[in-house]
Amino acid sequence: MKQSIQQQILISGVGGQGVLFITRLLAEAAIQKGESVITSETHGMAQRGGTVISHVKVGNFSSPLIRPLAADGLLALKAENLSQHGSYVKNGGWIVVNSDTDIKLPPGLSVFRADADSLARKIGNMKSANLILLGFALARTQKLPGNKGLFCSIEEIRHVLKSQMAESNKLFDDSIKAVENGYVA
Amino acid sequence: MALLILTEARVTEKPWLQLFVRPELRIYMDAALTFVRIQVAPKKRRNSLNIRRLMLGNEAIAQGLVDNGCSVATSYPGTPASEILSTLACLKQAGADIIHVQWAVNEKIAFEIAYAASMAGLRTAVSMKQVGLNVASDSLMSAAYMGTTGGFVIISADDPGPHSSQTEQDSRLMAMMAKIPVLDPDSPRQAKDLAALAFEISEAFEIPVMLRPTTRVCHARQDILLKDIQPLEKKINFQKAPERWAATPKFRFHLHKELEKKLEAISSLDKTAPIRLNDGARARRAVIAAGIAAGHIRDIMKERKLWDVIPLYQVLQPYPLHQEFISHLIENYDEILVLEETSPVIEMQIADRHRVKGRLTDSVPKAGELLPEVIEQMVCEFADIAYEPVHFSSFSGRRPTLCAGCPHRASFFAIKQAVPHGIYTGDIGCYTLGLNLGAVDTVLCMGAAISQAAGFYHAYKGQKNCPDIVATIGDSTFFHAGIPALIDAVVQNVSFVLLILDNRTTAMTGNQPTPASGISATGEPLEAVDIERVVGACGIRFCHEVDPYNLNELIAVIREAVQFSRKNGPAVIISRHPCLTGGSQNNRGKRAIAVEVSDACDGCRYCIRHFECPALIYNEERKRVFIDPALCNRCGVCIQVCPKNFIQKKGSFAVS
Repeated sequence: MKQSIQQQILISGVGGQGVLFITRLLAEAAIQKGESVITSETHGMAQRGGTVISHVKVGNFSSPLIRPLAADGLLALKAENLSQHGSYVKNGGWIVVNSDTDIKLPPGLSVFRADADSLARKIGNMKSANLILLGFALARTQKLPGNKGLFCSIEEIRHVLKSQMAESNKLFDDSIKAVENGYVA
Repeated sequence: MALLILTEARVTEKPWLQLFVRPELRIYMDAALTFVRIQVAPKKRRNSLNIRRLMLGNEAIAQGLVDNGCSVATSYPGTPASEILSTLACLKQAGADIIHVQWAVNEKIAFEIAYAASMAGLRTAVSMKQVGLNVASDSLMSAAYMGTTGGFVIISADDPGPHSSQTEQDSRLMAMMAKIPVLDPDSPRQAKDLAALAFEISEAFEIPVMLRPTTRVCHARQDILLKDIQPLEKKINFQKAPERWAATPKFRFHLHKELEKKLEAISSLDKTAPIRLNDGARARRAVIAAGIAAGHIRDIMKERKLWDVIPLYQVLQPYPLHQEFISHLIENYDEILVLEETSPVIEMQIADRHRVKGRLTDSVPKAGELLPEVIEQMVCEFADIAYEPVHFSSFSGRRPTLCAGCPHRASFFAIKQAVPHGIYTGDIGCYTLGLNLGAVDTVLCMGAAISQAAGFYHAYKGQKNCPDIVATIGDSTFFHAGIPALIDAVVQNVSFVLLILDNRTTAMTGNQPTPASGISATGEPLEAVDIERVVGACGIRFCHEVDPYNLNELIAVIREAVQFSRKNGPAVIISRHPCLTGGSQNNRGKRAIAVEVSDACDGCRYCIRHFECPALIYNEERKRVFIDPALCNRCGVCIQVCPKNFIQKKGSFAVS
């Protein structure tokens, strides 16, 4: 019997960046792997360009929220959120951040930085920074020792995108292109 | 009465029970190990990827309603409840057996439509956010007395935090006041199950039943096993009984006595009895949790190694609280910590004040959400174990703002230009964010912009310093609660200007249609009500329609309206431009005017301070403003905003 996964991931950004979409992708990937999953999202007023945070918990959890110092990893679509949301990540956890400048964080965390906005501009799809950062996170965190990286593979994300975007090949092509660009960045 | 699930661990006391410990059965027993209920256990999830679906809490509630024969469903949009009815509409479109799904003009009307359909014998549901229940409370109080025929479920979604609401009020107190049972789910999965149970109780006792999810349930997603459903026979047959359905006060007294009897029976109902979650723990102190707090506390007690130490109970039905459960607590525990959101509903019903710790004893914060970190600290203190709080930075994050290109921004800018020193009464919707532009001074509740404008007018009437009053209200909110207020303002001849910000949709909650849209929740054509004609029929004599993208025209019309209102009473401007995110692709209010800022921009930041469009970015290094092409929606309104004409259509400036 395979060992079941227990992983808590945060995705943070501002309204309109596609935080909910990444949350959804990761949750669907967990289901496709046969895992239980529970997530929490920000809707309503806060979505109008305000700070947005999503919680994804894969495995045997009852609460949809991650406690401070309990997250295994954080995907930060806005570097400015780190001062607030960085405190959720546990010692030994990882942070993947979208930023055009270097990030200084306390020791004990693995930090990976990509300028996803520039990469998005380069591939001509300004709204794809979220998928680029996800691809980048898949590539970088899975090289961490001790199975600490994101619980799913790029192939599994490809599979989820395919099933979510069954009605539009172009949307799928654009999306997977963004993930792949992040993966090799 | 607290029920135990029969497991291997229990068998030691009565060895013959071993015969019944089977994976396909779930056997509930009372404390004396007498069988109470036998259920076929849900199948273990294994390679069942095709039927396990990721569902939002609100989607799960909708699915639970439909699976259990809900035939009429109504709602008025409001976060965090909106997706319940949108999902029901999708399910109907996909062929689910629902007779009628609709967005109503407001929650009271939604309630009464669904309630009458229940009187006619159908299973029906009404959903809304907690403050929506305030609007429907008049109907609720009476419906409790008269009861139901078909099952009637009221879903009132609370918003502890609050994240997207005016108050943190607890709908369970409304259930208590109305004297109807309320169920409090901890997760999307449980919300779906309790929707089924709510119908069952409602029909068995002929009483409306409330399902009270909170934001963290509505907006959680969880994998949920979908089961085949058995279609229910629909019996539509309204039985006339005027002494019940049209009861006079004398009969209402009898109905009240019957209601009390129903509640007494419901307070000893096995199906909703509190659940003992951890059989093994033995202590003289116990934790009682309900709703999402029960989800948080399960994870926390397992991680903190308290699972086998402190008895934990989950309450599914906070009101009426089971009488036997209250006695069980008092007999067995010296200290009881109660975790519930957001008012002490369970706590107040446990009679022994010396044993209960909760909001009434200041052991639980009186305001704010019970976040898992808050609960962790409380349960650690309760169990006398160490807790190290985590200190967060005081960084508050970005404030919400109107979208780039939002027509409301243009309206608010125009108001400030035309009436720089007015009193600005605002209302509930995206346009509450006119706060950011200094063009919203008050936001009370749905429809209050108009009546508060009247209140300010009467207060200042006849004074030398009487300010001009400008009220703003959205199209959907105008229909919801604005019309009676406008009639009142006409009758009282109130001098004020009302801007109806008509973006042709209910934008904040996800672009539901309004009565002016002429389209149903399920996409069929409907009659459309014309706002101008409603305004005219209310007796308004000044009513102009302007596109706020034409800023200068709007400013001129507002000035004209103010002049009119000073002498002649209320004036209305319909500021109409479709939402950029709403409706179908074709109906969106997008324009394609690419703009650029001249190199001559002197960085005065007038545009940022007074127009606050997120696509206008001040560059600290270069001391000037740029347009962020990723955010800009090309409305071109900012061209009219820069007083120095440094913002122009792209290509207008010579290359330097």
